Amino acid sequence: MMELVFALAVGILTASGVWLLLRPRTFQVIIGLSLLSYAVNLFIFGMGRLRIGAPPVLENTEAVDPALYTDPLPQALVLTAIVISFAMTALFLVVLLASRGLTGTDHVDGREDGQ
Amino acid sequence: MSSGMPLLAIVALPFIGSLVAIFLRQNARNGAAFLAGTIAFCCMVLTGFQYRAVGRGGVLRLSVEWLPTLGLDFTLRMDGFTWLFAMLVTGIGLLVVLYARYYMSPADPVPRFFAFLLAFMGAMLGIVLSGNLIQLVFFWELTSLFSFLLIGYWHHNASARDGARMALTVTATGGLCLLVGVLLIGHIVGSYDLDDVLASGNRVRSSSLYLPALILVLLGALTKSAQFPFHFWLPHAMAAPTPVSAYLHSATMVKAGVFLLILLWPVLSGTEAWFYIVVSAGLCTLLLGAYAAIFQQDLKGLLAYSTISHLGLITLLLGLSSPLAAVAAIFHTINHATFKASLFMAAGIIDHESGTRDIRRLSGLFRFMPITATLAMVAAAAMAGVPLLNGFLSKEMFFAEAAAFHIDSLLDHSLPYFAMLASAFSVAYSLRFIHGVFFGPPATDLPRTPHEPPHWMRFPIEFLVLACLLVGILPAMTIKPFLSTAVRAVLGPDTPYYSLAIWHGFNEPLLMSVIALIGGIALYWALQRHLKKGIDGPPLVRHLKGQRIFERVLVTLSWKWARSLERLFGTQRLQPQLRLLVAFAVLAPLWPLYRQGLEAGSRPGTAFDPAFLLLWIVGSLCAIGAAYQAKYHRLAAMVLMGGAGLVTCITFVWFSAPDLAITQLLVEIVTTVLILLGLRWLPKRIETAGEGLTMGVRARVRRVRDLMLAVASGAGMTLVVYAMLMRPLPDTISRYFIENAYSEGGGRNVVNVLLVDFRGFDTFGEIVVLAVVAITVFSLLRRFRPAPESVAAPEQQQVQDAHDRASLDRAVGDTLADYLTIPAVIMQWLFPVIITVAIYLFLRGHDLPGGGFAAGVTMSIALVLQYMAGGTRWIEARLRIRPILWMGLGLLCAASTGMGAWLFRHPFLTSYFQYLDVPAIGKVPAATALLFDLGVFAVVVGATVLILIALAHQSIRNPRPARRAYTPTMQAVAKENA
Repeated sequence: MMELVFALAVGILTASGVWLLLRPRTFQVIIGLSLLSYAVNLFIFGMGRLRIGAPPVLENTEAVDPALYTDPLPQALVLTAIVISFAMTALFLVVLLASRGLTGTDHVDGREDGQ
Repeated sequence: MSSGMPLLAIVALPFIGSLVAIFLRQNARNGAAFLAGTIAFCCMVLTGFQYRAVGRGGVLRLSVEWLPTLGLDFTLRMDGFTWLFAMLVTGIGLLVVLYARYYMSPADPVPRFFAFLLAFMGAMLGIVLSGNLIQLVFFWELTSLFSFLLIGYWHHNASARDGARMALTVTATGGLCLLVGVLLIGHIVGSYDLDDVLASGNRVRSSSLYLPALILVLLGALTKSAQFPFHFWLPHAMAAPTPVSAYLHSATMVKAGVFLLILLWPVLSGTEAWFYIVVSAGLCTLLLGAYAAIFQQDLKGLLAYSTISHLGLITLLLGLSSPLAAVAAIFHTINHATFKASLFMAAGIIDHESGTRDIRRLSGLFRFMPITATLAMVAAAAMAGVPLLNGFLSKEMFFAEAAAFHIDSLLDHSLPYFAMLASAFSVAYSLRFIHGVFFGPPATDLPRTPHEPPHWMRFPIEFLVLACLLVGILPAMTIKPFLSTAVRAVLGPDTPYYSLAIWHGFNEPLLMSVIALIGGIALYWALQRHLKKGIDGPPLVRHLKGQRIFERVLVTLSWKWARSLERLFGTQRLQPQLRLLVAFAVLAPLWPLYRQGLEAGSRPGTAFDPAFLLLWIVGSLCAIGAAYQAKYHRLAAMVLMGGAGLVTCITFVWFSAPDLAITQLLVEIVTTVLILLGLRWLPKRIETAGEGLTMGVRARVRRVRDLMLAVASGAGMTLVVYAMLMRPLPDTISRYFIENAYSEGGGRNVVNVLLVDFRGFDTFGEIVVLAVVAITVFSLLRRFRPAPESVAAPEQQQVQDAHDRASLDRAVGDTLADYLTIPAVIMQWLFPVIITVAIYLFLRGHDLPGGGFAAGVTMSIALVLQYMAGGTRWIEARLRIRPILWMGLGLLCAASTGMGAWLFRHPFLTSYFQYLDVPAIGKVPAATALLFDLGVFAVVVGATVLILIALAHQSIRNPRPARRAYTPTMQAVAKENA
């Protein structure tokens, strides 16, 4: 059941993100991208399946039993993705501010529809 | 098989010469001509020497491995047939160079001309000597390219530019088809090597891919050899200087198509498809070309159509699939090259010396240039197929083959009649060329008074005409050995008996020849009245202009369709683009789903916890709320987004990912600060009352469509994620990482070991990206022009200042300064605490959750908090923060740690660790990975702080507003609300 909740969560985050991605205002797109990156991060993280109480921090160092730990690989991927998505948000935000200043509009195309 | 080094020299020399010629001075006419002549001569002599090897049926080969795994080698190959062609290319090349030396005006950039000509010669030799099909196509396209450059040599001339473009478009498109065809052949045979392909004729012909391969190869060959319906480019190519027309567009390049057909004749010919396609294309071209040639008013136009017609004849012969016809085709290829090149050169001389090529204006030139006239007459007679000349011999063979029986069909039965008709046409246009130009009353209104050209300009014609005569009179003593070598190389054991004699007795071909000759003379006489009228172009088909159709197709393709496509998929507007992408991403998975269905996974689910459900109800509400509020209530949207982020963070904790949770939490904090800083410069968007009522129908449709897309993609993701989560985890490389994290990487936190050790190279890439982004943000903000609306102080600040001004005991700015006094003190006290936490996170990272990323973000939070507490000016007066230096040192640290491994002869980023005994603490692990992590830490601190500070600095920079780009009108506002 936890899996279903997790899947629905990813779905709702995706849907909200996609909806915002298709909106005409730059700020909406930035929020949308952030929501979408939550969804994608969770998705990649889920690749290691959901395990409770099995963090990939080794307890005894002699004979390691991989079955005791959750998959560390998706976690490593997501960890860098979190930092990069911050960088991406920052870049887009600055581009959005500059574009708002230069074009006088916050439409994603730099001009209002029909102009 | 013997050494093929000379082959390499033959192909490479012209290219080298071309490179040298480019660097000659603009006016180095003699130098360039001498260079080109020498190279052509050397190539010819080198080729000539190879006859010893190929004359006895040998094959010369030179193979250099290039991409052996793909079956691509650089292979040069020469047999008897390609030897003959190489001799033709180099020999006529030499004569053309000599001719061009006198033809080209000193005012033209002659070295460029010779550079192109030499490069073309190299490319042509490349085609001829290629031993690999793909390599052949490469050189094939090169010839198209140099033909384009040569046709457009006088690029100030519009017709030259148009002709060049048309020739390139047609021949290069054909070349593209040829490439695909060759790939298909290579796929069937399993090799692109020409010898392998030639040995697998049966396999190719019986393959199911034979027909597509044949059609594609034929498209390449027929476009190159200007066959119907692609013939129209050749007459327009006549805008080129005449040496180019003589060389490329009659003797060599247009023969490349025919060459390819002969080369692949053993592989592709002999089927019905081959017969019908090749014979009908050849026959149409033969008749149409000859017919159109009669009515041309331009000398070169007449020759161009005649070339088309003769190429059609050769194609027709090849289509017949009989060995004797192939012999005739090879023979006629050589003969045509000799007489047509000399005729072109003669036309060039006439043009050069009299100033015009218009047959209507030319007349009676015989008395001005008797020698040239005589030479041209002999060559034209060869073209018409008059006995005792080489053209007669191959035409006889053609007639014999046309009369022979091949495939029982109407096409085959009618061939002899069409052959005679075309031959009569050729007699007529040859007569026209001679009679119209050299005889009749002397022309009076010529731009120049014609006279004989310099002797060396005429020499190439003399030489070629002599060849026509010698071959025509003494075939057995001149051409026979070479021809038989060539024929044997192509036909192998199928080589038929044929005799090259002038007199075969009274037989069918001779009768046909006589009829054609008499018919041609009669036709010319009958057409006198029509020709006198001086109408350009042939009657009946004058309006069927290939050029016009071509232009229209081109306009449709490259303008109308391109415009429609651009409208549909263009990048001008973001939303349709994204909509397409999302729609595709939603629809694409349906295909595998439809093919394979979806079955439930077998993995037992994790025990349900209502708290988790509750958590995500909150999280989902946050996400949906953020989506709902992002347009008008940005702050609310940001807070809600943060809520969703926190829920994500808790999810990470829940499912055993402490590292992710820490990082997510910290990044959430900096993201919030970042967006808050940004919001200051984003003018408010005011929601107007009753907006929903003014929304247009289109906007409603758009919203519904987007909502459907969003819901569909969300549902799709849910399905995919659920299906994935319910499947057992396959055995992946993760097992290796867990088992070896401690023994190899010296750390117990596997995620961190992965980041800084096993996958250190990826992490290195990540921090470089981070640094690049930070510097980009920084430089974007250096000349930041905010929107005019947000230049003034924010509303809240204005209220505060007004309050300060109203109160007697306050100075302006006091409220602002006192605003956060208590929190500011706490924040300042927290500074060392947070730094300690950062160091702690960093140091424990290798064994417990933490690490460079988390520590770096923590450290930057410590710094940013100080900015918030004290204000930018206050903090910068006390603490010099140099984020770029941080980033630089961090990158340097990470990179040099990685490179340190080189000192010990290990690959980049190999880590090393051991345990150190530190007094009072005990055994501590010390890994080089820690140094690398330090680099990561520094880069993350630097990048995050640089981004945030650059944005924060805008408040004290007093930036200039941007000029208003546009003023919203009432109409725009209404639309904007939609």
